[in-house]
Amino acid sequence: MSTDAAKTLAVTPPRKRFRTRLLLDLVLIGIGSATFFLFPENLGFVTRVLIMIIFVLSLDLVIGYAGIATLGHAALFGSGAYAAGLFAVYISADPLIGLAIGIIAGAVIAFLSGLILLRAGGLTLLMLSIAIAQILQEIANKERPLTGGSDGLLGIDMDPIFGIFAFDFFGRTGFWYVFVILVMVFFLLKLVVASPFGLAARGIHESPARMRAIGTPVYWRLVGIYTLAGAIAGIAGALSAQVTELVSLEALGFTLSAEALIMLILGGTGRLYGAIFGTVIFMSVHHWAASIDPFNWLFVIGGLVLVVVYFVPEGLLGLPAKLRQWLRAGR
Amino acid sequence: MSVLSGILIDGFSYGMILFMIAVGLSVTMGLMRVINLAHGGFALLGGAFAHWLTSIASLNYALSVILSVLAVMLIAIAMERALYKKIYQFSELQQVLATIGIAFLMIASVNLFLGSTLLPIRAPAFFSTSIDLGFRSLPAHRLVVIIAGLVIAGGLYILLDRTRFGIQLRAAVDNRDMAASLGINTVKIYALTFSLGAGLAAFGGILGAELLPIEAYYPLRYMVLFLVVVAVGGMGSIAGSFFAAISLGIIDTAARYIVPDFGTVFFFIAMMIVLTLRPHGLLGRI
Repeated sequence: MSTDAAKTLAVTPPRKRFRTRLLLDLVLIGIGSATFFLFPENLGFVTRVLIMIIFVLSLDLVIGYAGIATLGHAALFGSGAYAAGLFAVYISADPLIGLAIGIIAGAVIAFLSGLILLRAGGLTLLMLSIAIAQILQEIANKERPLTGGSDGLLGIDMDPIFGIFAFDFFGRTGFWYVFVILVMVFFLLKLVVASPFGLAARGIHESPARMRAIGTPVYWRLVGIYTLAGAIAGIAGALSAQVTELVSLEALGFTLSAEALIMLILGGTGRLYGAIFGTVIFMSVHHWAASIDPFNWLFVIGGLVLVVVYFVPEGLLGLPAKLRQWLRAGR
Repeated sequence: MSVLSGILIDGFSYGMILFMIAVGLSVTMGLMRVINLAHGGFALLGGAFAHWLTSIASLNYALSVILSVLAVMLIAIAMERALYKKIYQFSELQQVLATIGIAFLMIASVNLFLGSTLLPIRAPAFFSTSIDLGFRSLPAHRLVVIIAGLVIAGGLYILLDRTRFGIQLRAAVDNRDMAASLGINTVKIYALTFSLGAGLAAFGGILGAELLPIEAYYPLRYMVLFLVVVAVGGMGSIAGSFFAAISLGIIDTAARYIVPDFGTVFFFIAMMIVLTLRPHGLLGRI
């Protein structure tokens, strides 16, 4: 995958690549906006997909770019969600301040847990990441008077955004609110992954030893990336709390971490577009399968996961390159 | 005093259940380097078979247990040959994903045939009687679990330390390629070990149904528990899994007795302390 990227880098002149990418981004923004008019009945679902894309983008930063294998990413989503939700219930219902609180919560939890997690690697890191999410979930479960425990945090009632745009019953304001934030996060991440900071993360992914040899403080770079990813996951969590006006224990659950991972691998890791496509496809299939057969949709999801891992391990966005390779070999 | 012995007995029997289910996972992780998130699925399948045999086919308990364990071992061999043999070459994340997919399919299958309700296993009446040990009495079920766990731990020790199969297995865990080039049939060792681990998981799942109730989502619900035992004990170490399972079982039970409000938090904090101090687990070698 990395060698492929290097090849395209060498072949395509940077300015042209930049232009095609920008065009692609504009098309994506167009498609995103169009969903508002195409699915007026299903805005709630579409908005959930958009929130999930933000979350999976954050996971891509951690797994795809920095190579940190984690199965506890929901810890960061849930921290943002509970922070924003509690802030809305007990202090102020202003959405933007709440969003900032969610960002801070995600970043702080990521920084603190990152200090422990990133000293480990492999299975140990996977286990520790799961453990952190489980501990947070247990705390949220037991602090019932504050968080509502297993009933979920109820009573979130957001003020209008800027005092003008009130959240409506159909989710129109919610859609645009989330969509604008998603676009901002996406472009921020594009900048980050192309910056020296992002390149260092990628370098650590390829070879920590070499990066250490050229003087990169590997551990602190990883903590930095993880904290940034925590802030973005916090955004996703806060948006989910504000738009759905509910935070449940599932926001910290293992299933959320696992599903986000499936979406990311389905689309393809290490490319921001992969997070978008993977999330859209997974959630659509999930939605469709669950509405056709609410009891047996897990067959479809399980089958989908196996097909992806066995036949297209690079993810769907890896397919064109694979096809090209295959055609070239055939010739 | 009675609280203390209660904690120790309950914790010990809970630990035995964890050990029986997790030991197969530990060995497959140490031997094949596979993070098998579907391992709890074998315990679920065992429990589901036992539920079906005792409740619907109304066979007697011992026979149902034996048949269920054998069925799971056969399924495990088939799955090892069909699915897992490719998973061995995957990267860590792909393994996680592939085995989650397998766990989903297992859950969906049980859900399809038996539904998503609790699947009780009709245990013999003897299990609920209490047995007087002189210093205190305890439910027969706990005693059966503890004895079964000790027998299995002892049996595994003999199998690994004293038999030809055990020597070959240990050689393969230490260095797979070297073992293969010495003429050890590692493919066969893999399949047999995998199947044995799955069978133990099924047995543990059935015996532990009182503590960890069997239902379709069992593999996801308790997966973390089993993985923690393996991570704390050290991958591939049977003695490690044994000590980890028992200490975690006792810590968890003690926390439930003393500070019931913060049930599993102590379990995970204990695990984090161990893994921060010893990243490869108590007895891990890698």
